Amino acid sequence: MTDYTATVTVRLKSGVLDPEAETTQQALERLGFELADLRSTDRFEIDLDAESADAAADRADEMAERLLANPTIHDYEVAVTER
Amino acid sequence: MTVAVIRFGGSNCDRDTVQALESLGIDAELIWHEDSLPGDTDGIVLPGGFSYGDYLRAGAMAAHSPIMDEVRDAAEAGTPVLGICNGAQVGCESSLTPGAFTTNESARFQCEHVHVRVENADTPWTRQFEAGEVLELPIAHGEGRFEIEDERLAALEADDRVLFRYCESDGTVTPEANPNGSKHSVAGVTGEAGDHVAVLMPHPERVTLEDIGPTDGQGILEGFEA
Repeated sequence: MTDYTATVTVRLKSGVLDPEAETTQQALERLGFELADLRSTDRFEIDLDAESADAAADRADEMAERLLANPTIHDYEVAVTER
Repeated sequence: MTVAVIRFGGSNCDRDTVQALESLGIDAELIWHEDSLPGDTDGIVLPGGFSYGDYLRAGAMAAHSPIMDEVRDAAEAGTPVLGICNGAQVGCESSLTPGAFTTNESARFQCEHVHVRVENADTPWTRQFEAGEVLELPIAHGEGRFEIEDERLAALEADDRVLFRYCESDGTVTPEANPNGSKHSVAGVTGEAGDHVAVLMPHPERVTLEDIGPTDGQGILEGFEA
């Protein structure tokens, strides 16, 4: 067994309105910053022990499917590093 | 007929819902989400509130509460289930109903009265009304914008599964009358198991008691009458 950190990044599917990101962008613009667009994501860092990086990724993938993301509105990606 | 009103940690419309149901002569009981559904459960309400403090996403944590397995089984077996506001979010997160309720277009919490048009009057929740009838109901939510993939929404509309749409007082559906940016102004939909399962963001229990004022919510809650 090896110690891994699986990082799950959850973002709204392209085309789904993100009012919080729009509000954040407006606030940055009010502060005088120039920017073209802003997207926000949720990032979960999960420490776990697994037989292999693939096994760690599979487990994190299932976590995203079942709870961390809502497949109706979200896409997600999983990245695994040794810890 | 006993309607189980499920109280999650953070529910806050549970007692109002019991009182509203009982005012209509419908027996109702509060059930803590860590307990089981009583054997004589003939209906289920997922009430409004902020279950689990809306952690992760509104309704996401409550959707995985153990009692939800029983709720899903009951829904499959034909027991009427109504999700109101946070209960609607729980319903969608637990796949009892399609789509998702997410952050309002305004990015603000909105507490106001709105008009909704009855789209399908052939369900337990709308049989007291005519199709096209306009109801005035209160909303109180920050995450009520109905989102769903375009093709799934088209299928819902084709199957007459949209229960209510936000509208003007004369029943016209306009962008201005859509309080939260919901796709196609959808305010409520019926469930995957059938029309006996439904969710809506407005609060019928807040417009049921005659002492308080308008009573447009009565007809919706009367869906629990056998």
